[in-house]
Amino acid sequence: MSTVKKNNYTKTPVLMQGNEAVVQGALDAGLTFFGGYPITPSTEIAEILSAELPKIGGRFIQMEDELGSMASIIGASIAGRKSMTATSGPGFSLMQENIGFAMMTEVPCVVVNVQRGGPSTGLPTSPSQGDLMQARWGTHGDHPVIALYPDSILECYALTIRAFNLAEKYRTPVILLMDEVLGHMRESIILPPKDQLNIINRIPPNVPPEWYRHYKNNPKYISPLANFGEGYRFHITGLTHDEKGFPTQKLDEIQAKMDKLQNKIKDNLDDLIQIEDFYMEDAEVAIFAAGIVARSAKEAVKQARAKGIKAGLVRPLTIWPFPDHDVETMLETSKSIIVAELNQGQMINEVKRVTSHLPHKKFHKLQKYNGELITPEEILKKITEVK
Amino acid sequence: MKYHKNIPQKVIHRYLRHDKKFPHVWCPGCGNGTVLGDILRAIYHLGLTKDEIVMVSGIGCSSRMPVYVDFNTLHTTHGRAIAFATGIKFANPKLKTIVITGDGDATAIGGNHFIHACRRNIDITIIIINNNIYGMTGGQASPTTAPGKFATTAPYGAIESNFDICNLAIGAGASFVARTTAFHTTEARKLFEKAFMKKGCSVIDVITQCPVAYGKRNNLSTAVQMLKWQKEQTIPKAAYDKIPEEKRKGKVIRGILHEDDKNEFTAEYQKLIEKVQK
Ligand SMILES: Cc1ncc(C[n+]2csc(CCOP(=O)(O)OP(=O)(O)O)c2C)c(N)n1
Ligand code: SF4
Repeated sequence: MSTVKKNNYTKTPVLMQGNEAVVQGALDAGLTFFGGYPITPSTEIAEILSAELPKIGGRFIQMEDELGSMASIIGASIAGRKSMTATSGPGFSLMQENIGFAMMTEVPCVVVNVQRGGPSTGLPTSPSQGDLMQARWGTHGDHPVIALYPDSILECYALTIRAFNLAEKYRTPVILLMDEVLGHMRESIILPPKDQLNIINRIPPNVPPEWYRHYKNNPKYISPLANFGEGYRFHITGLTHDEKGFPTQKLDEIQAKMDKLQNKIKDNLDDLIQIEDFYMEDAEVAIFAAGIVARSAKEAVKQARAKGIKAGLVRPLTIWPFPDHDVETMLETSKSIIVAELNQGQMINEVKRVTSHLPHKKFHKLQKYNGELITPEEILKKITEVK
Repeated sequence: MKYHKNIPQKVIHRYLRHDKKFPHVWCPGCGNGTVLGDILRAIYHLGLTKDEIVMVSGIGCSSRMPVYVDFNTLHTTHGRAIAFATGIKFANPKLKTIVITGDGDATAIGGNHFIHACRRNIDITIIIINNNIYGMTGGQASPTTAPGKFATTAPYGAIESNFDICNLAIGAGASFVARTTAFHTTEARKLFEKAFMKKGCSVIDVITQCPVAYGKRNNLSTAVQMLKWQKEQTIPKAAYDKIPEEKRKGKVIRGILHEDDKNEFTAEYQKLIEKVQK
């Protein structure tokens, strides 16, 4: 077990593991509650927080399973704490019902899934991007999700903070998808000065308790949020509910609730989407890749450019909602598109969907699901083949 | 404030949510309403404020209770109420956290959270509304359906052994364990008061009547018959201890079955924080 490196936000680089960077990001974002159950390759997050949280008066609890972990962080968030859990594949599956509960009840919290090979117990310490669709559609029902996907240790830190901010702002669970390799890899990074961090906290209600509506629609979606125990007594239920939180069967109220869940994401894509384009200005061969695969792709793009091949990379930092519009415009001009992913094709269909109306696109898949990474050489080889 | 002995409804009314949620969902004759009344009277007697109470439930007929009362209320997923309550209590130990759960909710799908809350001895009160059946889904067997009793999924009579909830809670480490019934309202109220004030995990097994899903399949088709059973077949612990072995058969013990003062989880964690911060 390791502990968080002391870095007083000077310009000194600090050697950090991805899982450590998630912890540091979470603490800097204001995390004071963690409930979890150990599972490789996410376990360090729980271990480090068990040591760090009591130091700041926070709370760490090792729950009896992942269903309980998810339940505990939702409960803690309802009682006013910024809360998080961390898990991997099988544990993420067990959390799904309660992730749906947090969606429906609009409770801010962060769920880290350091992906491993599956299905089932699969490959505990091998990388895989097999949970992209589980992150999107894992829980039952019909609702959007927010999932972020870092490709470096610094980004593990930054996107963890962003995950908390988006959770608080949009009152929803946010999923941080990680790759096993990033979770365990170490990089030397320079953390930003703490006073330059943009941290979003919940806004307390500014009306007397009798007027407070827990689910009042707000055009900006940055609605005041009361916590249990502060005098604003209200009801929270996973049943479809009205503005006050009471279960409803009324058609217009059901519709309004479902629309609210959908619209708070749909109407804020500009705020939610982050995407990187790398050498895309004149790219004839475009690679679409996320997370750890994007790192190999960047290297491959550089090598291809050195050989005079016009290659480029599109990398979503926000994987859900899928950056439809940006992907479409970025890929507009390139002739061939390589979608590289550590699974049997979960992202390629999304890319095809958003570019379907563009003429003469050639799609190439580069899929690896044997527990190994896709190397820059493999991507370069593909680029040379398809150029 | 004095307790209105002769007009108990008045006490209850001050805790109900009148604006939205009536009539309630329970069948005529169901025990859930009676137990809710006992809980509210206990809260009134103790002088607890509405703001400090959090009522958490899972899924089932009994778990619909929180929606009717003017506290901080949370209706969660099937079996998980105790885990949600653990998060709430641990996040803010000042909150009086009361879990309302069915026998199926607590001991089947939620069995793991139940035993671990007892083991951890976290300061929450778990009230198990025990009607020996899955009420909400229409009468399937539960872990408390006794062998030989009928359910929609035990059409030839249950053959599995049933849990004794109190023994389970004692074995798992809860520091206050009691049993009562919907018939014994004064006893129930007093036990709830003790449980709410107990520092540690308290579990109360409340035997209730479900004439609709349980009674009609088991020769107890009216609420009155079921309440009569509760009156005649249950016996206070002190009396039970005195009667000879042969008379004990078929009797169910009521009252406080276990109490101790072992370490409570949130207080232990507070000590840990102080130690680490030193
Ligand atoms: C995950 C899940 N499985 C099954 C159900 C269906 N279900 C709803 S209530 C219930 C049983 C409730 O029985 P009990 O806890 O004894 O409460 P009662 O209705 O008798 O008060 C079941 C199985 C569900 N809601 N969620
Ligand atoms: S089915 Fe049984 S437990 Fe449910 S409301 Fe009716 S009587 Fe009560």
